[in-house]
Amino acid sequence: MTKIKRFPSLFRPHGGVDQSVFEQNKGLVELIGRRGLFRGTLSLGALTMLTGCDWGDGGSVEQALRAVSRWNDLVQAAIFRPDHLAPTFTAAEVVKPPRFNAHYDVEDVKPVDGRTWKLEVSGLVNDKRSWSIAEMMSLPQQELIIRHICVEGWDYIGQWSGVNFRQFLERIGADLRARYIAFRCADGYTEALDMATALHPQTILATKYAGEPLPDPFGYPLRLRTSTKLGFKNAKWLTAIEVTNTRPRTYYSDQGFNWFSGI
Amino acid sequence: MTAISPETETGGASSRLHPLPVRLMHWVNAVAMFIMIGSGWKIYNDEVIFGWLHFPEALAIGKWAQHGLLWHFFGMWIFAINGLLYLAYGIFSGRFRRKLWPISPRELISTVGAALRFKLGHDDLTHYNAVQKSLYVGVILIGVVSVISGLTLWKPVQFSELLALFGNDFQTVRLVHFLCMAAICGFVVVHVALALLVPKTLIAMITGGPRVPSAQMPGSSPPEPTGRS
Repeated sequence: MTKIKRFPSLFRPHGGVDQSVFEQNKGLVELIGRRGLFRGTLSLGALTMLTGCDWGDGGSVEQALRAVSRWNDLVQAAIFRPDHLAPTFTAAEVVKPPRFNAHYDVEDVKPVDGRTWKLEVSGLVNDKRSWSIAEMMSLPQQELIIRHICVEGWDYIGQWSGVNFRQFLERIGADLRARYIAFRCADGYTEALDMATALHPQTILATKYAGEPLPDPFGYPLRLRTSTKLGFKNAKWLTAIEVTNTRPRTYYSDQGFNWFSGI
Repeated sequence: MTAISPETETGGASSRLHPLPVRLMHWVNAVAMFIMIGSGWKIYNDEVIFGWLHFPEALAIGKWAQHGLLWHFFGMWIFAINGLLYLAYGIFSGRFRRKLWPISPRELISTVGAALRFKLGHDDLTHYNAVQKSLYVGVILIGVVSVISGLTLWKPVQFSELLALFGNDFQTVRLVHFLCMAAICGFVVVHVALALLVPKTLIAMITGGPRVPSAQMPGSSPPEPTGRS
């Protein structure tokens, strides 16, 4: 299975989504919202009758488990080794094509138009001008042949190349003492990195896979790729990054997946 | 956690078969195993190792994958900390040495034979036979391997030295972690079945069981000449 099941009513897009999409689907969005509310009310009612049967589907038990998960974020940040490199592999070991991961199926990927695409930069940076794909390609390139590990348990070896993220952050005059980098994606997905991971030598903004421009399902034209995070942290189809001291909400952590998700 | 007391385990004239710390850690571990195995099944089901094996969703802990993960990464703290305390207690109180060692291969064979002929005596709760000793030592070692393989699955890059123990292959670690779970499940089935067949063993793990004179405990080494406090 390449799809991670999601809890439908928890996630609300929070920025980064083209507002016209909301206008077009307003009725549908409201319907889903009402369904979620209805379902939540039912669950709450059921819980009062079935005490002791709450295994983490919302409610106080899940809140407690999420508090432990935030504690696990701190533990992971504490044991993170900033200069410890993940093992790299040879080109002969690279899997082609790579394995797809998203919260929807590969057929539902909406390709991004590289000609009009741009990467927006905001937050604690000096230079907030946007970047075109040609400009990204003109920067010094770095190649990584590393293992992708999915939260589900599968893995494969992939060959990614692009711009070293630390060098990019330095180029745009980012405050490297800030705590987080938030990412927004063309499909409304949101992700974030802690600064230590962003500055790790094996964290890049990738434009290529196996020497070719990224195929559409794998993030064309620009995606994040880091050797020290689970697959879903490596946001695809990037449209904006923000350097911030406020811990960004992310698509999967909103649903209960661990925020740090380091490996 | 109750302090480890030399008096109750080795020093006094008599002590319970299962001192209070052992009973507490046993039942805390039972809860931790329940959480770890149930949530582990949920995580496993999302990406199975064997195509023919999916665990029943009704037995898995967590509504969706993320809830299984939340439970697993909560339970791991209980399992690991309780396990470390248990190992420290077993080693420093001398309980492991007295109750689980030595294991005689000859006795192991004769005990298995007696068990198969339904002639195994179990009047003396205070003495573990060679099969019991082997199973208890075995499951403790498997518990240790499950923590090491689990730590490697959680942090294969930060703890890449651990990954090297498994030939640097992530799926090998998953398989080892899975096999540890399977072995522990096998142990639990036997352990619970036998405890129910001889209920006084189950009661002893709640009440502490009979008082046993430490010095005369079968297979025990002589008490320490001086107190260790």
